[in-house]
Amino acid sequence: MSLIPHKPAADRGGPAQPLLIVGSLRKYFPIRGGLLGRGHGAVHAVDGVGFQLGKGEILGVVGESGCGKSTLARLLARLIEPDDGEVIFDGDGVGAADGIGVKELRRNLQLVFQDSFASLNPRMTVEDSVAFGPRIHGQSAADAIRVAHDMLARVGLEPSRFGGRYPHELSGGQRQRVNIARALVTRPRLVILDEAVSALDKSVQAQVLNLLLDLKEELNLTYIFISHDLNVVQYISDRVLVMYLGQVVEIGPVDCLYRDARHPYTRALLSAVPSMDPERRTRHSPLTGDPPNPVNPPPGCRFHQRCPHARTVCAAAVPKPVEVAPGHRAACFMANPASGYDSSPAEVGR
Amino acid sequence: MSVTALATSSAAPPVAATARSRGYWSGVGRRILRDPLTMGCAGVLLLIAAAAVLAPWILPVDPYKTSMLHRLAPMGSAGYLLGADELGRDMAARLIHGGRLSLMLGVLPVVFAFVIGGSIGILAGFAGGWLNMVLMRSLDVFYAFPSVLLAVAISGALGSGMSNSIIALTVVFVPQISRVAESVTTQVRSLDYVEAARMSGASAFTIIRAHVLGNVMGPIFVYATGLVSVSLILGSGLSFLGLGVKPPEPEWGLMLTTLRSAIYVNPAVAALPGAMIFVTSMCFNLMADGIRSAMDTKA
Repeated sequence: MSLIPHKPAADRGGPAQPLLIVGSLRKYFPIRGGLLGRGHGAVHAVDGVGFQLGKGEILGVVGESGCGKSTLARLLARLIEPDDGEVIFDGDGVGAADGIGVKELRRNLQLVFQDSFASLNPRMTVEDSVAFGPRIHGQSAADAIRVAHDMLARVGLEPSRFGGRYPHELSGGQRQRVNIARALVTRPRLVILDEAVSALDKSVQAQVLNLLLDLKEELNLTYIFISHDLNVVQYISDRVLVMYLGQVVEIGPVDCLYRDARHPYTRALLSAVPSMDPERRTRHSPLTGDPPNPVNPPPGCRFHQRCPHARTVCAAAVPKPVEVAPGHRAACFMANPASGYDSSPAEVGR
Repeated sequence: MSVTALATSSAAPPVAATARSRGYWSGVGRRILRDPLTMGCAGVLLLIAAAAVLAPWILPVDPYKTSMLHRLAPMGSAGYLLGADELGRDMAARLIHGGRLSLMLGVLPVVFAFVIGGSIGILAGFAGGWLNMVLMRSLDVFYAFPSVLLAVAISGALGSGMSNSIIALTVVFVPQISRVAESVTTQVRSLDYVEAARMSGASAFTIIRAHVLGNVMGPIFVYATGLVSVSLILGSGLSFLGLGVKPPEPEWGLMLTTLRSAIYVNPAVAALPGAMIFVTSMCFNLMADGIRSAMDTKA
């Protein structure tokens, strides 16, 4: 432990203050075309996403591909600038006048990407890649290598064996361990894992997941775990956030949400998970059609065109997320008794 | 980064020395050494370059000394191993001395264009957006002209002479190298490891130095190597047209012009400078191919 000369940034707000508060975050990507690159509409990648993240929590983010999960990760890391909305990191507004700057945010927040090969410089040895962050933060070359070796050992790679290797000489699981070491070496408090284990095969996936859980305890981390794999998300998360077409449709504690999903989309996602039991085989496709075009999202609830329970109100008004159980919120008229439409939170679809 | 050296010497146990794998470039070097064609071409080029540099010592004959008696002497005549040109100057001496100017015309414009065009392309590719647009579209103007015509026009405007030819050829090659540099940089820029470097708080300059340069230099270098033969031929072409090196300097392209009229009298001697241009540019091309394939292979 003492090998790490620089300490992680101090916890300022205490355990009760959320590490991250995200409010109505929005990013539209303009579609350029035509002679002078004039806009022809925009992809509504992330549209009004808001959630809170407690310290030491693991928040799973699920959704179909193209629903804005990765854009959300990049927005939170400020690799792309949001069009609107606010992000508050441990009480400080990111980019706000009296808040913290992007540079300060990135000291506290790191990303692990899906493609373990593309996220390592092919011309750099493993130890140089891991030592790059500490070097940037002003440590001497020898210190940076020492910290890098320490972190490599923590992720289960013997520094003397792996430190001098190049990425193409490692297996996918080993490369992803290097990426985790690279992300953790600057001692962030929040790590966003963007499909970090999706490209690994099942046995390696399990090892890396357990490694992540161990590191979280050891280093006091908070994770945002983005994945399309519902089993993995169920295994690792404390809470789960379900995204559809750039919006949060449901968020809640993992057990509650997996046991009693209220939003029809979440139900469809969960019933699409292949069952190991031949008696309970999924016989019909839970969802039909493709997600609507994010350039032209449908009015009202974005899911209404594919929703088996949709009524006229769904096309007319946008449902707000309401609390359906303690800490469990769903954005569906049918799940909200106060809406007057609550026909079937649980019965329909069973 | 220089961290590697420190790592093996101080922190890591002795095992590290053996476990440290060979780097990318040593692998490339090994593959080139095993490629007989590339090594052969490199040998020929080295021979030509050495002969050009050491010309006065290899063949202590004055390449400017004319002799009316020996005009267009055939190959193998006494004292004139490779014959003599239309003014009776020794062809062997002129060919060897000519290598100096011709190789300079081949290599220097490419070196200059590599530095200038490479910088512009990497900058444009990394910055993206409007800067990329402005830089690349401005350079595209040069594509409106065929490169030969452009070289002729520029050296025509600047006047003849060695340095003007080099400038003209540099201008011809800058847009081409920039375009290659821009396209590879654009690819590298969007890779996750560049994003990860941004996440660690590195400045744009540091990211270019540590993560981009090493990964884009290879393709740009290979492309530039292939341009040397083009430059050699264009440079000789300028001299041939009277826009490059002035007589009586020995330069292969210029020698080809002046011997043109003797082609019916002594075709073998008249073809010699052309053969030199051919062999040299061929060797550069084959060597570029060899380097390219040595760099393509994943170890």
